[in-house]
Amino acid sequence: MKSFNYARADSPEAAVRAGGRFIAGGTNLLDLMKLQVETPEKLVDISRLDLNTVEEQDGGLLIGALVPNSDLAADPRVIANYPVLSRALLAGASGQLRNKATTGGNLLQRTRCYFFYDTHAACNKREPGSGCDALGGFNRIHAILGTSEHCIATHPGDMPVAMRALDATVVTLKPDGDRRRIPLGDFYRLPGDTPHIETVLESGELITHVALPAPPPGARQLYRKVRDRASYAFALVSVAGVIAVENGTITHAALAFGGLAHQPWRDPAVEGALVGRAPEQAAFDAAADALLVGARGFGHNDFKIPLARRVLITALRDLTGEPA
Amino acid sequence: MNDLAMDAPYRPAALDRAQQGLLGKPIDRYEAREKVSGAALYAFEQAPENTAYLAVVQSSIGRGRVTRVDAIEAEAAPGVIAVIHGDPRMPTGEGNSRAMSAIGKDEVFHYGQGVAIVVAETQEAARAAARLVQVSYEETPGRFDAAEVEIQQDHKLGFLPPVNRGDLDTALAAAEVVVDRTYTTPIHFPAALEPHATLAWWEGDKLTVRTSNQVIGGAKGTIATALGIDKDRVRVLAPYVGGGFGGKTGVGPEVIFAAIAAEKIGRPVKVALTRRQTAYMVHHRSPTTQRLRLGADHEGRISAIAHESVAYQNEDSAFLEPVPFGTLPLYAGEARRFRTDLARIDLPATGAVRAPGEAIGTFAVECAMDELAEELGLDPIELRRRNEPARDPTTGKRFSTRRLLDCYDNGARRFGWDQRAATPGSRREGEWLIGMGMAAALRGNFTVNAEAEVILGDDGRATVRTDMTDIGTGTYTILAQTVGDMLGLPIAAIDVVIGDTDLPPSAGSGGSFGAGSACAAAALACEDILAELGRRMNAAPEDMQLKDGVVTATDRSSPLADLVRGSPISAKGKTSPGKESQATSQASHGAQFAEVAVNAVTGEVRVRRMLGVFDIGRVLNEKTAKNQIIGGMVWGLAYALTEDGIVDPRNGRFVNPDFGEYHVAVNADVPQIEAYFIEEIDDSANPVGAKGVGELGIAGSGAAIVNAIYNATGVRIYDMPVTLDKLLPHLPPV
Repeated sequence: MKSFNYARADSPEAAVRAGGRFIAGGTNLLDLMKLQVETPEKLVDISRLDLNTVEEQDGGLLIGALVPNSDLAADPRVIANYPVLSRALLAGASGQLRNKATTGGNLLQRTRCYFFYDTHAACNKREPGSGCDALGGFNRIHAILGTSEHCIATHPGDMPVAMRALDATVVTLKPDGDRRRIPLGDFYRLPGDTPHIETVLESGELITHVALPAPPPGARQLYRKVRDRASYAFALVSVAGVIAVENGTITHAALAFGGLAHQPWRDPAVEGALVGRAPEQAAFDAAADALLVGARGFGHNDFKIPLARRVLITALRDLTGEPA
Repeated sequence: MNDLAMDAPYRPAALDRAQQGLLGKPIDRYEAREKVSGAALYAFEQAPENTAYLAVVQSSIGRGRVTRVDAIEAEAAPGVIAVIHGDPRMPTGEGNSRAMSAIGKDEVFHYGQGVAIVVAETQEAARAAARLVQVSYEETPGRFDAAEVEIQQDHKLGFLPPVNRGDLDTALAAAEVVVDRTYTTPIHFPAALEPHATLAWWEGDKLTVRTSNQVIGGAKGTIATALGIDKDRVRVLAPYVGGGFGGKTGVGPEVIFAAIAAEKIGRPVKVALTRRQTAYMVHHRSPTTQRLRLGADHEGRISAIAHESVAYQNEDSAFLEPVPFGTLPLYAGEARRFRTDLARIDLPATGAVRAPGEAIGTFAVECAMDELAEELGLDPIELRRRNEPARDPTTGKRFSTRRLLDCYDNGARRFGWDQRAATPGSRREGEWLIGMGMAAALRGNFTVNAEAEVILGDDGRATVRTDMTDIGTGTYTILAQTVGDMLGLPIAAIDVVIGDTDLPPSAGSGGSFGAGSACAAAALACEDILAELGRRMNAAPEDMQLKDGVVTATDRSSPLADLVRGSPISAKGKTSPGKESQATSQASHGAQFAEVAVNAVTGEVRVRRMLGVFDIGRVLNEKTAKNQIIGGMVWGLAYALTEDGIVDPRNGRFVNPDFGEYHVAVNADVPQIEAYFIEEIDDSANPVGAKGVGELGIAGSGAAIVNAIYNATGVRIYDMPVTLDKLLPHLPPV
């Protein structure tokens, strides 16, 4: 680990003025610092800021950036109205990590690409311009959608996948005092030729809250995560689904996917293939076709394409009451 | 010294007369309180005043040699005391009793090899400075791709020479049913929870290392060899070891590095490998390719059995995975062929990892047996019953004890084997396909030289002293139980002193030989103490009864303390292999059963329950024995389903050398597991009649799971582990 400066902020305003890398739970950043994958000059500890409550707002919830994953998963309002979020949170990491990991930090969790972690390997995300060892190497956990010739890493999170399906908005504070409300759909970037830039956050910009709108009335929610072991493994494929059916017709569909792309993936074409149609196999197949039309495997991860199809179709059946 | 070679079956009469009732009981761990309260200090958990910290600089190339080390920047870094390289005593890899890695060489045998060390005031400073050491190399092409390397049949590696009995080709040609399958198994990391750690210091010309090691007597000699000093100048301490799994049987380069650094700076030096470093600087289990051929008649009688494999090793090491070791005595069949070929590869060393040979060898043969049973339309247990040999089918030796058939029957009854669907893929619960599988478990039993001293002190307390280790296995506890039963003392009256090479030399913990050998030595020492007590009581030992610290002869009794007041009794015992060890075929046995659920949509496999019945000779402690068996079964689960060390064939690096992506089983993967014992004291094995237990649980457990996956899905996977991507193409459409 490289030496670094440390400062503790006593307000969000002081934090953004402090000019450093924010640290809260540290469940990801500290590991990366020990490996010297990340070498911040300065850490600004925001863990004691007053951003750890969940408030009701506009029929939805305003979640403080420092609310631990465990607390958010156990919040009765989340369990009642956003079960997809609670389940996604509980599908992530381990009990110990969920106690430390925060809402804001979890949005910014970095990829688990093997080559990102190995400082001897080529990785455009860790060291821009160095290349991508995943492309011609072992890439079983890598992305099949939205990739670029520079990076095929995935976003590893579960919580953000559920939030994407719930149309969450990220609330931030910038060093100049401005606040922004960024829809989660606009928050993450695809790798393109700058895979080291993962979000639209500006330098020094702090996530203070995540806002969830009221849940769609009458919708059913589901989070399904497919992984290599029963716990403490990242998603190979995950799906967060929020679907409403009225009078035999799908009236609302929000589907987000983990393990497939550089960001929690959501594609309007998938939902377009469902809304207005009867919840039947033909619609489900069409949704899967829409999801995977641009999918590309890189060898070891080819299986994610059929796996995503199977998981999506099964999730749609479960969400719409079709018998399995 | 009561020195007993196993030239004939032997059991101390006092064990049969024991009144204290300790052996076999599920007694809590002797050191449990220290461990759960944190009072038990592991190798890294002590820092004498003035301790410095060491970090290892690792090779960034896969093959070649070091041409230059530029330490200027590192030496100038904050807190750095010294950068050491080029010392002719520095080893390139791990040493053990069989072979020392190359020393004093600038040759790079694999990526991640230690090529220089940094010593600093703190661990953080040492690790940061290690990245500043600039190493130049002359790189040569490396052999990193297992599929591409040349296979050598004529090699001298390993302890297991090829076996050829009868005419295999003719027997296979004549067989009415033949199964011919090739299985592959991946790299397994030993993955002990406590990483390799050492504290080294010199007092004059004497070196002491406090380290995490399974076999400290061997380590002492290896360290002396590496440093070029007399063995008597080395003392190794390892009172607590946080798991070994084979990875701590040798002496890692970091131990020698610490000794060299401590000498150079004149201060104690401490080092702990990072998790990622353990992948490179500790040996792993070789990946294997295993071809199994079984020929049988329509009745299922095996006439031909061949288990031919390829295992891997680098140019710096001498071990070779004895893949078919467990297959040798397992099934009848006249024509037999067993061999393991060598593929030289430029990767970190392969070595002995829990049940070398049996862990993965029994996997392949037990999967092949499942296929043969199906071909024949026989129940898998019935097939095994029909091929249960009366003598060791490879060596012709008689078995010491073998209760394998009882294990099958008992296990089948307890597990509900009769509920297994005869037709694969026919049992479904919602999305889940349910199946059952079984396999035999076998692990060779070994007796090795072991000494112990027992002192019956002034106060009537007994102390047992031996340089055994307890790597989480229960050594402390079983030694106390043995001495307690022999001398009629409760556990609380016994002090167990182990983990120090100044103590009488023992077996160490490896090859499942530690418990039987060490407890035998302690029991033999106690025999001499009993003889002396008899003299003091003026009674024949067989007329004495000892319990709770009181000796009773025919008509009188005396507290032990009174008999030894002012005149403690000290005795040594030694056990070693002998003619009986040579004349018999010895192994622990078991039957493993598993029920799995395979998700028909995703291919995810979840084990629902596991059950095993085991024949391990005398059960020394039911609780610690079950702990070990269940731990082995859990590892079998993990290697069947998840554990998979991946090499990048472009450069010889590991892709997943950490717990994030090298998937050991976690709690949620581990279902209800039951383990039972069929106890038959094996008097040919050693004087306490215990056979090995530490490695048996992993044998066969993976095969039982993979066979259960077949029963659930009708899909056989030959490439371990069975991850969902391998099952997916074979699952029904959604």
